[in-house]
Amino acid sequence: MIGFWTLFSKEVLRFWKVGFQTIAAPVLTAMLYLLIFAHVLEDHVRVHGLPYTAFLVPGLVMMSILQNAFANSSSSLIQSKVTGSIVFVLLPPLSYRVFWAAYVLAAVARGLVVGVGVLAVTAWFADLHFVAPGWILAFALFGGAILGTLGVVAGIWADKFDQLAAFQNFLIMPLTFLSGVFYSIHSLPAFWQQVSTYNPVFYMIDGFRYGFFGVSDVSPWTSLAVVGVCFALLAALTLALLQRGYKLRM
Amino acid sequence: MTVPAIRVSGVAKHFGSVCALDGVDLEIAGGEFFGLLGPNGAGKTTLISALAGLVRPDAGRLEVMGHDVQADYRGARRLLGVVPQELVFDPFFSVRETLRIQSGYFGIRGNDDWIDEILHNLDLTAKADANMRALSGGMKRRVLVAQALVHRPPVIVLDEPTAGVDVELRQGLWRFIRRLNEDGHTIVLTTHYLEEAESECARIAMMKAGRIIALDTTANLLQRFGSETLSLEEVFVRVMNA
Repeated sequence: MIGFWTLFSKEVLRFWKVGFQTIAAPVLTAMLYLLIFAHVLEDHVRVHGLPYTAFLVPGLVMMSILQNAFANSSSSLIQSKVTGSIVFVLLPPLSYRVFWAAYVLAAVARGLVVGVGVLAVTAWFADLHFVAPGWILAFALFGGAILGTLGVVAGIWADKFDQLAAFQNFLIMPLTFLSGVFYSIHSLPAFWQQVSTYNPVFYMIDGFRYGFFGVSDVSPWTSLAVVGVCFALLAALTLALLQRGYKLRM
Repeated sequence: MTVPAIRVSGVAKHFGSVCALDGVDLEIAGGEFFGLLGPNGAGKTTLISALAGLVRPDAGRLEVMGHDVQADYRGARRLLGVVPQELVFDPFFSVRETLRIQSGYFGIRGNDDWIDEILHNLDLTAKADANMRALSGGMKRRVLVAQALVHRPPVIVLDEPTAGVDVELRQGLWRFIRRLNEDGHTIVLTTHYLEEAESECARIAMMKAGRIIALDTTANLLQRFGSETLSLEEVFVRVMNA
């Protein structure tokens, strides 16, 4: 347990020490999204009967949680691999489960810190409700854990920073941007509505937003089931890779 | 029967078509100061990496004080301290934070007394709160040594520990390592400074192309080519060219 706690604390301390880059910058980015989109669309668009800004805020919070959870585990691992300092984690008697749990929970921690920061600065611009806080917490934790785990996979798989950037720009960014952060999928043509239902991030955003307003594109139970199954499958895959020592132990 | 500190049995490892280890057998007794020598690419670092669990052998078995490094990796790693060859460090932390974190990985809390002792012996006390990025190459090397010692391992493997370290600091490092050996720690050393191996190691193995081609006490190796006593460097050259 001390080994797990140490690795988790070290990962938290790592992002905390560069908080300008890892916390303040994504909060500012989300704020800019809100200012621009709200300025353009507030008077023209209502979604699920909500003012556009109110609809947008939970989506931006969740998107920040997801992107930063991914960034934390993936950047820490690729940096350790490129510099060689990963050896300090591989030499001690830490099990592959401890390795996974510590990196993922630290990723969730960063996602939540950034998410709370985004909520704190954007909440002033919208009339938010918290009708079901349990759903908010559940989807924040599951979403952070899924993207944190995906970050572990990407960090282990990538040998170079540009490979990780490709993973981030060509997979994570499209999945998060095309997930209903900025719109309801009911506003899309039927074909793209159907495509959106294959994007697991859509269920994370939709379920998270349900916790604020009690309205969503699909039932939160459906979203929870999809997100739960995705987490279980991805965790099993990642643990199997770590147990084999994939790209870590030659 | 006494369990050897290190037992390597029939270990082979290929990287693609390159044979890094070709059926290596080796036993190192507890308390030995052992030298592992060879040219670049001989397989020394691969052997050490296999011992540390960083490399998985294709065949054979490695044990640290009777603990299989694969089947009982936790037991084996607790008993082993490895100083890696590359000058690696985590740029986010100070020297003391680095050593506390490393202690925690081995399940040790409240290790500051031992950390202070290591820092003192490696002449790092004044740099305890300095960020790792601010240290010279020689100091970073000494922190690597400190990291390998935080959990007081009975078996210590030093992969080129004095590369880039100036003469004065090198002497201090050897005094500390010698003291650890006198206290009962098993030391396994790889180095390209053959005079260091000659003066410190009681027994030496020489590797070439993934195989051990000479294994004897240092005294016997120096007498290996007739009655004439050669330096270890001369013996090394002759063995490699034989």
